[in-house]
Parts: sequence; C-alpha cells; structure tokens
Amino acid sequence: MDRQEVLFEYLLRLGDNALILGQRLCELVGWAPELEEEMALANIALDCIGQARLFLSYAGEVEGRGRDEDALAFRRDVLDLRNALLVEQPNGDFAHTIGRLFLISAFNEQLYAALTGSADRRLADIAQKALVETRYHVRHSGEWVIRLGDGTEESHRRMQKAIDDLWMYTGELFTTDEIDRKIAEAGIGPDPATLKPAWDRRVEAVLREATLERPQDGWMPTGGKDGRMHSEHLGHLLAEMQFLQRAYPDARW
Amino acid sequence: MYTQGLDLVPKGAEAQRPKDAEEVRLEEEFQKKIDAEIRIEPDDWMPEGYRRTLIRQISQHAHSEIVGMLPEGNWVTRAPTLRRKAILLAKIQDEAGHGLYLYSACETLGVSREELIEQLLSGKAKYSSIFNYPTLTWADVGIIGWLVDGAAIMNQVPLQRCSYGPYARAMIRICREESFHQRQGYEIVMAMAQGTPEQRRMVQDALNRWWWPVLMMFGPPDKDSWHTAQSMKWKIKRFTNDELRQRFVDAVVPQAERLGLKIPDPHLKWNPERGHYDFGEVPWDEFWRVVRGDGPCNRQRLEQRRRAWEEGRWVREAALTYAEKRRRRREAARAA
Repeated sequence: MDRQEVLFEYLLRLGDNALILGQRLCELVGWAPELEEEMALANIALDCIGQARLFLSYAGEVEGRGRDEDALAFRRDVLDLRNALLVEQPNGDFAHTIGRLFLISAFNEQLYAALTGSADRRLADIAQKALVETRYHVRHSGEWVIRLGDGTEESHRRMQKAIDDLWMYTGELFTTDEIDRKIAEAGIGPDPATLKPAWDRRVEAVLREATLERPQDGWMPTGGKDGRMHSEHLGHLLAEMQFLQRAYPDARW
Repeated sequence: MYTQGLDLVPKGAEAQRPKDAEEVRLEEEFQKKIDAEIRIEPDDWMPEGYRRTLIRQISQHAHSEIVGMLPEGNWVTRAPTLRRKAILLAKIQDEAGHGLYLYSACETLGVSREELIEQLLSGKAKYSSIFNYPTLTWADVGIIGWLVDGAAIMNQVPLQRCSYGPYARAMIRICREESFHQRQGYEIVMAMAQGTPEQRRMVQDALNRWWWPVLMMFGPPDKDSWHTAQSMKWKIKRFTNDELRQRFVDAVVPQAERLGLKIPDPHLKWNPERGHYDFGEVPWDEFWRVVRGDGPCNRQRLEQRRRAWEEGRWVREAALTYAEKRRRRREAARAA
C-alpha cells in the first residue's frame, strides 16, 4: 500500500464513523423523550453528517478516481465500509443511544484533539472543526449518562445494561493495525492505543458520577474499521440509506 | 400557519355570560390598545376569549411543528445525498425549535407545556391536517418545503404583526427560517423536475396529491369560518382564509409553470379582470373528514407521538429525579 492508499483508508475510517453514527441518529427523528432532546439529537446528527462530508470528500480526492462524498457514502457495500462496530449498533432504548454516543464521542474527542496537530494540514483543519462539535457531544451525552445512572432505579438499571452491552465494542477503537502504524509514522494521526488512558479517565469519571460500574474487559470483537467483519446490522442500515442512489443510479438529486 | 382548526370550535363553547361594568370598561380599553396597534403583553389584562383563542391557535401551531417532523423523519434516513440529508436535518431541527418557542409563548398565557402535550396525545387538540398525508417518495419532501412551507409563510407573515407580543416575536424568527425551508423544497423539486423521467413522474405525482390538501391549509372558506371576524377585530388575524388562499395560488402557479409541472385543477385560469387566478372548488368534504380524524395518516401520526411519549417516560422521570437529588445534595452541602 502506498502513502495515498493508506491515507485514503484512514480517511474512510474517520468518515464512515461519522456517517454511520449520523445515520443512526437520523433514525431517531420523532422518537426523542422530550422536545429539547429532539433538537439536541438532530443537531448532533447534523454535526456527524457534516463531518462525514468533509472526511469523505477529502478521501475521494486522495483516491483520485473521481468518487465524491456521495459516491463513497451511497455506492459502497458492507465489505467496503470502514466504521467501527460500535457506531453501527442499533439505537436500542434511549440509554443505549446515549451510551453509544458517549463512548464513541469520548474517543473522537481524543482522536480529533490529536489530529489537530496532524502533518496533513487539511486533516488538521477538519479535526479542529470536528473537535469543537465533539466536545459538545461528549458533554451532552455524558450529562445524560449521569442523569440516567443516578436517576431512578429503572433508569439506573437501563443505563448500566447499555454500558454493559456496548462495552465489548470499545476495544476495537484502540487497536493498532498496519494502517494506523503507517499513519502514526507519517505524523498524520495518533496510534489509537495512545488515546486509551485519556479515554479511560474521561469514561471512568462519568461512570463514577453516574453511580455506574465500569464493566470488566472481556472479549472485544474487531472487524469494523478494517472491514473484515461488520455486524449484521450494517447491511440493513445501508439498504435504507442508499436506497435512492441504488434504485435510480442515473438520477441527480 | 397551521391554525386552520382554529375555525372549528363551535360558538357555544364560548357562551356569553353577563359582563359587569368594570369588565366592559376593561374590554373597551383593551380594544383601544388593539386599534392603536399597541402590543398586548403577558401581564396585561385581556378578555378570556382572547386568551383562549390565542392558546388554541398557538398550541395548534406548536403541535403542527411537532407532528410535521414525522413525514420528514420518514425520509431523512433515505435522503439521496449527504447535502440533502444535512439540509433536511437542519430543517427538522428548526421545527423542533419552533415547537419549543411556540409552547413557551403559550405558557405566557397560563397553560403548561405538559397540559398542551396531553391535549395533543388525547386527540383533543388539533394540528394542521396537512400532516395527515403520507410522504411516499423523495419528491414529497420537496413539495412539503415548496408548498406546505410556502403556505405556512403566507399565513405567518401577517402573524408577525399579531396583537399578542410573544406570538408576534416568535413568528418573526420562525418566518426567517421558514423561507429557508421553502427554498430548499423548491430546489429539490427543481432538480427532480429537470431530472430523469422517473424523477419527473415522482414530482408530478407528489404535486397531484398535495395540491388540494395544501389549499386546505388556509382553513375553511370565509363563509364557513366562525372565528374570523372576532380574530380580525382582535388583530390576531389580519387577512381572511380566502384572501390568503388566493395570494398563495397567485404566487405558486407561475412557479409551477416555470418548473414545467401541471397543477391538477382543470378550472385554474388567469382572470385578467380580477387580476387573480380563478381556481376550482377545494374538496371540503375531504377537509372535514381529515380534520375529524379520518385521513390517511391521522392514526399513525398520533400513535407515533404517543409511543414516543410513553417510551420516553422513564427518561423524563429519571431527569426529574436526578434534578431533585442534586438540589437536595446542594442544600445539604450548604447546611453543613
């Protein structure tokens, strides 16, 4: 893999994480528990889709085969998606939605902060914008984790279950493969493993305040970010999201 | 907009009781202020009928914003490009925001948001009948922006001068955002009208289905509209339903022509003497049927609102419980 190919793969990972999380949040329009949250979730979804556009447009340019953000978002199938398993997990109840958002946003916060110092100027600029948005996502979802964890008995039980269910998907975020190593060597991005201590601190502080227990680390599945093995959920998400582009390939919208 | 149901409450609901001299004096003063275009503010005295009319109108408007998110939510997961998806999300977010400040404006009249939501979910309160129609293709999202939001703007621009201050001010902000919504809708329609035969078919079909329901958004014809005269006297309303409907038709027909779309009304014709388009009779039977609950999506829309509210109950309870715990902890800390 040459340098351009590595950068392309890396940008797909960033873009697909934002895209798939944003798409999941789109599914929640009209389902929020209160009106303020309806606005907040739509707002966060909008941030994610905006980030996806920036990363995927750049990816398309780096690839140099004429694919734009939409070609990459709507014309790739499961085997070519590079998002982490965590973001493709279904919304579940509000505790799962919030738990997933918190765990990935706490990771993205560290990642984007590191990327603001990237040797790749364009990527650094995108990360700068995404970082500001993501700090709000972490704050917003973290506050909900605390409220639900330290709320009623029912909300505590649901929030703990959500964290327990999602925990196994956090391991993949910090794995380092060949792409990550090359990206780190080129000074483009951090080695994901190095982001773990700060993420741990952040997540543990929120869980403690929420009176929730940090789950034991067990088996952690991988296969999302390298595309080896996504979950069954992703195909359905894509079928819905890509419907118009697939059904009417000649149309412009 | 979204206030068509305003005209549906029978007169008996506001039965007159004898007024005392003080009340007569207050009402005269109130009307003088209205006539002098002085805004009424929450703490000012106002006739009970004025308060009730406003609560009904503003809450219907708020409910419409909230229910109106559903037909669009139906397509936000399937938007054809990332740009379109982002724009639609922004629009939906605006609508939630409109709902919020309209509920707040309502609260200044002495009714809580919870009560209003209860009325919506129980089916007691109305929302605009337009949202009881389905969005079948992506073209529907474009038509909603172009025509539904277009009709809303036509209705809402005069409401910026409504005599009740909080409503008028909310409307200024809302109108600014609505015009952006209309533009995005027109853009979607334009792209499809200039697109493939399949896209042109979708967009013409959407226009055919939405045209009459959109004209119904202005409410029943003036001759059947019970509340118009009083609302105009109170300057809640500045133009009649028929006046606004005519303005809308006059504005939209040339746009449809530019797009090469055909308005599904054989009686539609420019009348040079009137300086307006003549148009056919709106199918009012359908209007009344849908308003009374028998439209294609009435049950579905309410059911979704109810389910979302029910499924969110534990979350709202948790938030309240947590807030209470925090308050007590802070007090305990202060006492210590």
